[in-house]
Amino acid sequence: MSEPRVGVYVCHCGHNIAGTVDVQHVAEWAMGLPNVVIARDNKFMCASTGQEQVEEDIKQFELTHVVVASCSPHMHEKTFRNACARAGLNPYLFEMANIREHASWVHPNDREGATNKAKALVSAAVHRVVHQQPLEPMKVDIRPETLVVGGGIAGIQAALEIADAGYHVYLVEREPSIGGHMAMFDKTFPTLDCAACILTPKMFDVGGHPNITLLTYSEVEKVDGYVGNFQVRVRKKARMVDESLCTGCGTCWEKCPIKVVDTVWEAGLGYRKAIYRPFPQAVPKYPVIDIENCTYFKTGKCRMCEKVCPTNAINYEMQDEIIDLEVGNIILATGYKLFDARRIPQYGYGRLENVFTSLEFERLTNASGPTEGKIVLRDGETTPQTVAIVHCVGSRDRNYNTHCSAICCMSSLKFAHLVMEKTGAKVYNFYIDMRPLHKGYEEFYHRIMEEGATFIRGKVSEITDVPRTPEEEDKLIVVCEDTLLGRQRRVPVDMVILAAGLEPQADAQEVAHMFGVGCGETGFFIERHPKLDPVATMTEGVFIAGACQGAKDIPDSVAQGAAAAARVLGTINQRQVTLEPIRASIDEERCSGCRICNNLCPYNAIDFIEEKGVSRVNPALCKGCGTCVAACPSQVITGAHFTFEQIMAEIDGIMIDVLSDRPVVEAV
Amino acid sequence: MSNQKPKLALYWASSCGGCEIAVLGLHEKILDVAAAFEIVFWPCVMDFKYADVEAMEDGEIDVCFFNGAIRNDENAHLAHLLRQKSKVLVAFGSCAYGGSMPGLANFYTRDDVLRWVYFDSPSTDNPDGVVPQKRVDVPEGELRLPGFWDTVRTLAQVVPVDYFLPGCPPEVSSIEAAVNAIVSGELPPPGSVIGVDVTVCDECPREKHEKKIKRFYRPQEIIPDPNICLLEQGLFCAGIATRAGCGAKCPQVGFGCRGCYGPNEGVLDHGARILSGIASVLDADTEEEVEAILDTLPDPAGYFYRFHLPGSLLRRRGRTNGKRQPVGEAAVHEPA
Amino acid sequence: MSDNGTFTPVIVGFLCNWCSYRAADLAGTSRMGYPATLRDIRIMCTGRLDPTFVLRALQKGADGVLIMGCHPGQCHYQEGNYKAIRRFALLRRTLRQLGIEDERVQLHWASAAEGVRFAETVARMTEQIKQLGPLDWPRNWPNEDPYAVEEAVHE
Ligand SMILES: Cc1cc2nc3c(=O)[nH]c(=O)nc-3n(C[C@H](O)[C@H](O)[C@H](O)COP(=O)(O)OP(=O)(O)OC[C@H]3O[C@@H](n4cnc5c(N)ncnc54)[C@H](O)[C@@H]3O)c2cc1C
Ligand code: SF4
Ligand code: SF4
Ligand code: SF4
Ligand code: SF4
Ligand code: SF4
Ligand code: FES
Repeated sequence: MSEPRVGVYVCHCGHNIAGTVDVQHVAEWAMGLPNVVIARDNKFMCASTGQEQVEEDIKQFELTHVVVASCSPHMHEKTFRNACARAGLNPYLFEMANIREHASWVHPNDREGATNKAKALVSAAVHRVVHQQPLEPMKVDIRPETLVVGGGIAGIQAALEIADAGYHVYLVEREPSIGGHMAMFDKTFPTLDCAACILTPKMFDVGGHPNITLLTYSEVEKVDGYVGNFQVRVRKKARMVDESLCTGCGTCWEKCPIKVVDTVWEAGLGYRKAIYRPFPQAVPKYPVIDIENCTYFKTGKCRMCEKVCPTNAINYEMQDEIIDLEVGNIILATGYKLFDARRIPQYGYGRLENVFTSLEFERLTNASGPTEGKIVLRDGETTPQTVAIVHCVGSRDRNYNTHCSAICCMSSLKFAHLVMEKTGAKVYNFYIDMRPLHKGYEEFYHRIMEEGATFIRGKVSEITDVPRTPEEEDKLIVVCEDTLLGRQRRVPVDMVILAAGLEPQADAQEVAHMFGVGCGETGFFIERHPKLDPVATMTEGVFIAGACQGAKDIPDSVAQGAAAAARVLGTINQRQVTLEPIRASIDEERCSGCRICNNLCPYNAIDFIEEKGVSRVNPALCKGCGTCVAACPSQVITGAHFTFEQIMAEIDGIMIDVLSDRPVVEAV
Repeated sequence: MSNQKPKLALYWASSCGGCEIAVLGLHEKILDVAAAFEIVFWPCVMDFKYADVEAMEDGEIDVCFFNGAIRNDENAHLAHLLRQKSKVLVAFGSCAYGGSMPGLANFYTRDDVLRWVYFDSPSTDNPDGVVPQKRVDVPEGELRLPGFWDTVRTLAQVVPVDYFLPGCPPEVSSIEAAVNAIVSGELPPPGSVIGVDVTVCDECPREKHEKKIKRFYRPQEIIPDPNICLLEQGLFCAGIATRAGCGAKCPQVGFGCRGCYGPNEGVLDHGARILSGIASVLDADTEEEVEAILDTLPDPAGYFYRFHLPGSLLRRRGRTNGKRQPVGEAAVHEPA
Repeated sequence: MSDNGTFTPVIVGFLCNWCSYRAADLAGTSRMGYPATLRDIRIMCTGRLDPTFVLRALQKGADGVLIMGCHPGQCHYQEGNYKAIRRFALLRRTLRQLGIEDERVQLHWASAAEGVRFAETVARMTEQIKQLGPLDWPRNWPNEDPYAVEEAVHE
């Protein structure tokens, strides 16, 4: 092999680097490094002139490798890789030294230190780059089918976008109906649209769409494969109702003798039957038998629904169905769960009768809810005269969730409006900060203030029913430090609504693991980049949308659902995706089959080939994290672009000047 | 002896003598060696004098099997001498290759060692506090002892070495392979280890599964399942990271490999490879859980560097810390 | 260099691509000053950290090694930093036996938003190592060989 020929380019970045680092000196010094045939400094490397310089030099000096010392690779690695590619050099034969973010900008008063560091970083890159190998991005074919998990508003939106574009979608929802949380609401902020009026048409569209296979009362059990070709196993739980016969007439649940508290759709406020349809607009319209509460399943007797069903749709023998799907992309839209207000005992939820959660209130005020929309106390009849709404319950609090749930300010304002409109009661909002930050939200806030709601700034310390004054008799007393007035306040009310926060689903970790995505500090799924890539994940072909990615309201959930759909459609239209070639591979000849690496891969990319007694990496599943590479005790796993030799050379290069002035001590 | 036969020298520096026994262990094959080579120097077995070697021409010896680590002036002298006189110098056995048992002294300083041997060890009886001197005058003249080094070295850290033959001692099959390679002239490029390029697990007949270590056991603490990988049962085994060639001798008899064949091809630090492999499969995710498991593995450095401390990247325990105070007294190394 | 008064440590850093490297970038964009002691190497994830890298840096004369990754639970490859925790704990025990103080090899976390934390970590570690003084590892083995022509270096 002929000797490598390295070109080094040290950028001034105007004054940004040159103001601190002696750029010219670094470039001259770099000329003396091994294999360097040309080293230059340049005012702006990323400008077209800088890039063209690289391209010309590659041709003129027959460069085999290129090093640019400038800003962070997160800024311009792509830029210079492309420049190399244009000149016919494989882009992975390029390396960047970050002497701006990591040197000039952080050592502004230490010209010597910053210059030395820049030299060390350049040397590291020069030593490393000659070990770099040309790499080709991997291409994989994309199946046009898509799996959407979760039929809340985000999943519905994503499914419709893709189906409308002409591609098939499998929508898997674990409840008997799609709709998610939005289906429980009466009105939505800030427009006070009736939730059902805007959601139901979309739900029907999903139900009747020729390109959508709706799998409700179903859950994903297993995911194999990789982008372009995932194999997904879905368990469709037995409804005990034959969907091909049932007309949704409702006779069965009218006649069913068993009443069950509905903790899902009625937030525990109302009842349903053992055979039930979650709510009138449910999609699909078919009921489901809750076998845990059905008398027949418990005792073998009853069979009432079977007797009354005019179409003989009831089938007690029905078994769970296993459905295997093949899809090219996956969108997770599994939503959120409400913070359990019992975790804050001083707020009295579950102990003090007339403390309600926000979701309970949504049901109270919903025309199809248990009270037919009447806002009344737990006794079912008394209309409250005074209502307190407590914001940020379980949110923005180190003891519970540190994040802001994003929607509670607005939903609290919505509640204030509904209470005042429907009952004329006096409303107190207890808030820490008001954050009505989207379009039309600030205006809504003002509208509610004008409508007469009282706003008290301060965190509620306690809700109690122990009176101190006659006015507090038989009331709930909300205790709080009013930070605007600077004094402790006790506000007696009839009803308290706790604006409980949004949390990740209880099974978010398991779901994340199954689909190969991560959960962040707050437990929501992590996006690939918080600003620039909010719906993609670290796993190619798996996208996230809606409240499973972080607390958000309906407009944002819809926007993310559509965004995820657009990303999926992009890959479908290209028929192929290109994957970064930074991946691990095992030298099977040298693998001893120790199986140390086998369960280290977070993406299950490593298989053990029993017959050969060796392990193998599936390149399409590997994301190149390098964990297995570092672990292999035989050192036979290579992590492309981060190989052992490359990193060792980088270390040797970075330490180039360190020992030279330190003599070896004499014998003692 | 015909002068046509290639000349062979065998020498022992700081070693236990096991390697010599291993050569004798070739049994009838030793006759093949004698038939194939002219043995010109083998102080352990035949009466040769250093002067005989000094009298040779440079490069006169065709092959020298040099076993033992370098821990004093005499070892170094012979290393240089034999290097000069030999065409091919083979670091024979783990001591010459990686330092092995003598190299464990690198967990201590020379002062630690001398103090222990001449004063502190329970079996020492030295009321006059006599310690060896480099020179002593006696009526017959001056007596000299070779200088005793602070840091044990591998052969390659003293002179350039052509081939390495690992093992403590090398297996008969490994020696045969080396002898055959030399006789046939089919040698790998200089600087290579003569051996295979997989680890002991490859030769180990025990069943291997995905690994999750919940705690470690000392060999005397459990009776391991005879068919399953020892490491999976919590018994330390360096076989994952140790070059094969021995036929997995130790795991076969229920004892974890201690790593005598040294690291696999391309590995710079044997200990780091064992460490990384084992740590990766600890069944713990928090620092506390990890520490709790590690509490059951006493003396990790002693395990990881049993055969390769001088040949490792750091070579020894620090003699001084940054403030240049001796650290000998604070030695934390406890023999396992 | 070896004089305690003017001693500027050399710390080799291993930063994961997704959080800590970006934290260092953020420290840069926000112009947070910290001592020019850290020389960093980017790896995709702390899970890639082979203990050999740390030993190599020390062998080559580093006074310290700083490994930084995403907070536990936030690794962009889900679990890489848990593997780093395991390896680091065992490495630390091993290094102690080799006479290397805990302060010299440290593992820390910083999210992409924690430029301040990154800068503070480097500053703190620099101070700690200044207190300890230079490590100068190769000075641990004096050239004792009276027959040596020159120091033979075995890699
Ligand atoms: C009290 C309250 C009032 C609100 N009011 C408003 C408002 O007025 N305006 C507004 O814009 N926003 C409001 N919001 C916020 C709104 O609820 C959310 O923005 C929206 O519901 C998020 O939609 P989603 O599809 O992401 O999640 P979800 O609505 O939670 O839907 C997720 C769906 O996924 C399903 N699922 C979960 N896990 C799985 C699984 N593993 N497999 C299959 N399916 C699964 C669930 O059953 C559910 O159907 C309010 C929130 C609360 C708590
Ligand atoms: S199961 Fe029968 S009774 Fe029940 S809704 Fe369907 S058709 Fe009507
Ligand atoms: S580098 Fe190894 S551990 Fe990481 S994703 Fe690839 S195969 Fe899995
Ligand atoms: S760790 Fe290395 S040697 Fe062991 S099974 Fe995996 S690839 Fe093979
Ligand atoms: S017992 Fe040791 S050598 Fe055998 S398979 Fe297990 S780790 Fe490998
Ligand atoms: S099993 Fe390990 S320690 Fe035992 S002989 Fe083989 S290489 Fe040496
Ligand atoms: S990516 Fe940062 S620790 Fe894994």
